Amino acid sequence: MALNRDFVGRTYASKASYEVSRVKIREFAAAIGDGNPIYRDRDAAQAAGHPDVVAPPTFPIVFSLQSGGEALADPDLGLNLAMVVHGEQRFEYVRPIYAGDELVTSSTITDIRSAGRNELLTVRSDITTVDGEPVCTTYNTIVERGGAA
Amino acid sequence: MTATVQYDEIEVGHEIPATDYGVRRLNLVMYAGASGDFNQIHWNERFAKAVGLPDVIAHGMYTMAQGGRFVTDWVGDPGAVVDFGVRFSSMVVVPDDDEGATITVSGVVEEKLPDKRVVVALTAKAGDARVLSKARAVVQLA
Repeated sequence: MALNRDFVGRTYASKASYEVSRVKIREFAAAIGDGNPIYRDRDAAQAAGHPDVVAPPTFPIVFSLQSGGEALADPDLGLNLAMVVHGEQRFEYVRPIYAGDELVTSSTITDIRSAGRNELLTVRSDITTVDGEPVCTTYNTIVERGGAA
Repeated sequence: MTATVQYDEIEVGHEIPATDYGVRRLNLVMYAGASGDFNQIHWNERFAKAVGLPDVIAHGMYTMAQGGRFVTDWVGDPGAVVDFGVRFSSMVVVPDDDEGATITVSGVVEEKLPDKRVVVALTAKAGDARVLSKARAVVQLA
């Protein structure tokens, strides 16, 4: 089923902040098989010039889609989640994410388009601290296989 | 921050040797838990096949994370990655056996930017298939 184009331009703000913890960073690093001590050990991170352990570059995927997820689950959008695969992903950093950061995300559906038999939907998520300091912007494009057929 | 690669010592065309990263079902289960992406195509073979996939496939983000690991291991500092983007061009099929699949990542410095930054172009393959395309990282060097 074609996706509802009326959703383009809609913005969804996170309802609660996301508190980045050392435990979650360690868990994520373990899951991607990365033993880098800068993800696990505050002393190693500080020796490398960081205030605390650093989150891996792809870590924001853990929380950045929570606010946009509400949109993707909206029946009016017409997305069949069972047919969704990931199309593109980008992380643009102003600064690294550290344990102790308290972050909020504002997600905007920037584009919905057809490509062959598929439907493509792009979400931009602007991540800032609770004080409004910009930290990272992510761009996420999902593909609904067969959605345009 | 302390990248260990010196900008002045790197030329365009510099090649970063290929590295193999294994992916087995266990990795996908761990990644599902850590990332919160519990889409069944990443752990349930019955479901994956029912929606037309050949088998369970890796999370695209797991593959991207291996690309990130490749770059951060090269530069020596995870905080040095200032921009990282990929397109997922092919699926990584992960069979339910002891070997799983292998993602091979290599890189080349494609461009030198101002402020001691470089663009690293990544190639990621599983078997003969390119699993990432347009994979680029902008990295802050020392």
